[in-house]
Amino acid sequence: MTAAVRSGADGFLARYDALRDLLPGDPRERAAAAEAFRRTGLPGASAGRREEAWKYTGLRPLADASFAQSVSPTSAHSQIRARLPQIEVPRIVFIDGMFSRELSIVPPAVHFARFAGRAEFGSIARPDGQPLVALNTMLAEDGAILEVPAGADAGLLILVSAATDRAAFHPRHVVRLAPGARLTLLDLAFGDGSYLHNPVFEVTVAADAALTHVRLQNESTSAFHLATLYAEIDERGTYDSFVLNLGSRIARTEAHARLTGENGITHLNGAQLLNGMQHADFTTVVRHQAPYCASRQTVKNVLAGRSHGVFQGRIEVARHAQKTDGYQMNQALLLSPDAEIDTKPELEIFADDVKCSHGATVGELDADQLFYLRSRGISDAEARSILVRAFLAEALDAVSNETVREVLDQAVEGWWEKQAA
Amino acid sequence: MSASTPTLDALQSVTQSGYKWGWETDIEMDLAPKGLNEDIIRLISSRKEEPAWLLEWRLRAFAAWQQMTEPHWARVEHQPIDYQDLHYYAAPKKKPGPKSLDEVDPELLKTYEKLGIPLKERAILAGVDPETIQGTQVAVDAVFDSVSVATTFRETLKKAGVIFCPISEAVRDYPDLVQQYLGSVVPVSDNFFAALNSAVFTDGSFCYVPKGVRCPMELSTYFRINARSTGQFERTLIIADAGSYVSYLEGCTAPMRDENQLHAAVVELITHEDAQIKYSTVQNWYPGDAEGRGGIYNFVTKRGACRGARSKISWTQVETGSAITWKYPSCVLEGDDSVGEFYSVAVTNNHQQADTGTKMIHIGKRTKSTIVSKGISAGKSNNTYRGLVRVLPRASGARNYTQCDSLLIGDACGAHTVPYIESRNPTAKVEHEATTSKIADDQLFYCRQRGLSEEDAVNLIVNGFCKEVLKELPMEFAVEAQKLLAVSLEGSVG
Repeated sequence: MTAAVRSGADGFLARYDALRDLLPGDPRERAAAAEAFRRTGLPGASAGRREEAWKYTGLRPLADASFAQSVSPTSAHSQIRARLPQIEVPRIVFIDGMFSRELSIVPPAVHFARFAGRAEFGSIARPDGQPLVALNTMLAEDGAILEVPAGADAGLLILVSAATDRAAFHPRHVVRLAPGARLTLLDLAFGDGSYLHNPVFEVTVAADAALTHVRLQNESTSAFHLATLYAEIDERGTYDSFVLNLGSRIARTEAHARLTGENGITHLNGAQLLNGMQHADFTTVVRHQAPYCASRQTVKNVLAGRSHGVFQGRIEVARHAQKTDGYQMNQALLLSPDAEIDTKPELEIFADDVKCSHGATVGELDADQLFYLRSRGISDAEARSILVRAFLAEALDAVSNETVREVLDQAVEGWWEKQAA
Repeated sequence: MSASTPTLDALQSVTQSGYKWGWETDIEMDLAPKGLNEDIIRLISSRKEEPAWLLEWRLRAFAAWQQMTEPHWARVEHQPIDYQDLHYYAAPKKKPGPKSLDEVDPELLKTYEKLGIPLKERAILAGVDPETIQGTQVAVDAVFDSVSVATTFRETLKKAGVIFCPISEAVRDYPDLVQQYLGSVVPVSDNFFAALNSAVFTDGSFCYVPKGVRCPMELSTYFRINARSTGQFERTLIIADAGSYVSYLEGCTAPMRDENQLHAAVVELITHEDAQIKYSTVQNWYPGDAEGRGGIYNFVTKRGACRGARSKISWTQVETGSAITWKYPSCVLEGDDSVGEFYSVAVTNNHQQADTGTKMIHIGKRTKSTIVSKGISAGKSNNTYRGLVRVLPRASGARNYTQCDSLLIGDACGAHTVPYIESRNPTAKVEHEATTSKIADDQLFYCRQRGLSEEDAVNLIVNGFCKEVLKELPMEFAVEAQKLLAVSLEGSVG
């Protein structure tokens, strides 16, 4: 066996070679991405030096996994339907990365198009130096293109990814908000068995527009979820995002937010709740490239079993981005002697009149707080659960939409039930 | 609004004021040919009359170094270094020991004068009989280029049982101690620059404090880089045996010159049970001119191992000099209840680049570490804090507190913070805080309104910003450090 095969990239490249004439969009983009991916392979999958951006997450297990491209049976639809949140709002459903008309309720206030029909790769998420974007660009077959027209309030929209065993899919999503538009996007991912979900999101928020983007990653614990998000926020625009990572064997959410106009705001909040052998990595980069912008981040990790949580957060402030207000807090709670947290908050500042701070804490449950509850007759297990919930609630409180918050709370509840079982 | 115009003007004047300690002593030098190969290493070893094991050790380091590549992960930029274009050995020509100061090379005395060494110590340094001179309480082991010219107070220390001498003497006189500890904290192949140092180090200090001894005085070394194009490869090894205490001061000034100079020192500290080492540095090597020409490349590996229970290592540094600083004084906390501390002030101006911080590796139970880092950037400089706190599974009850503050002066500089936190023990508690700010206009206004000049006001504010670190310095250094801050940002800025 050659070294190249072991790096795990060859399977994906072979798939590209087989599909290249059938894939939508500009074939040159695909070819360039394939070339970039051929050079880098899967990050951290081969022995030797690891890239700094992938210091704590290696994709070796992904390289060793194998996938098959099957057509999911229609019988799966009822099961999937049962797992959708029981809310009467528009939804766009993808099964193994392909749009499902049967399960979707196409939104009235949003222009929706399929990537399969209108493949455009955009200009923000580029394959160079980003192996997963390269992989996605090379193999993306479908995805949602969502456009909210100027001044429209599109309300809540649910974007669903349901997956079946051994699937590998690379959806390409584009979300565009015209000036003054508003949208709340709840982005759900779940599935069964071992599969790869490698989405790329390209988000543009025009002047005065506001996007609330909540992701609930509740994939199967044998799955790989590798999401890359790029957002650009123009003046007075808001990109308010929250990621709740509950599932996957290996998950990585990499979010890049670029503030390009004055008075833009971005929130990249998140919580990761892990157990067993799970590994979840939340990596963020906020680029302040205009004055008077604000960024806020609260990220919490709760780690049980032998799980491994990673948070890497970089705030970059460009020379002219004076009056930047950047704040980042990340906290980790280790519930087991075998859990591990690695965190790297980073500030890169080139402007002098800014207010930037970050804080990080790592520890276990506070013994005094536990004692307080125990002394009032609450069992140890219950006291612990109360404190962990309180810890998480601080992060979840960043989600202000009540309907969405309820979905997240239910998912957290489901996680607890699964642990208890 | 960013820094006020007077502040910027003041900064301008800093760049004009030049380097106060810029001079070069003209003493005849004994230079090895340029270049690095096994023969040069054999030459160094034979000149130093070293035992075979040390030559072997050097050659092993050299072999490792040849397999390594220069690290580029730090946020520093420089021209490629031609390691074959350096002299790896330079020693002042030996003369018979002088009887009094009159016989000492006047150039050497002038150097001491500029360094601010008291007259009595100058005599001692120059090799005049130390027992005839009384009064000062600081022992100085001056490294004049690569060979220790003289060591003071050796006898006084000897009475306490403390060994303090150039490392080359220690190799000769205490080979067992050196062989036991050398490279035990920083292995020969630890990193590119440490390997280079291990292969070619020519001198440095060695200190051994025996069991239960509190070293009767602060130990001090003045490092000077003196010959053109000689890299300085110091090796320092300090061992504090059970229950002992020692405070070590390291201070640096260097002559002005055009060529960039490489400095790759290695410092190893070892503390046994209940022992304590306090290591303080004031680093003020030539930072290069206002355009960023010249200046020292300071690529240093400093690491301490708290081997024994309840032992403690404390690093305090004030870094104002060098064109490039690449330095991460670290603590490996092996003993249960051992303590590591890192207090740092790093000032960069003009085109200086500093990438500095610490590593705290918690291995033993209930180990504690404190990190306080203050970065000040001015001019077109870049100042990075890069640190790692790692808690291993066995380190139950470990505790870390980290605080990194950055101050930006002017809108052409950069301040960066890159902390890594890795915890594998749930009972460990790790906290990190970082802030970035500028000198507030209201603070400046407050001082100006009370009649302080802009320059004094900024000086006051910067000193206040650094206070938590400066108070950790021994008296001898605290004064010098404050002066250095003022000089480094001279004009108005601290």
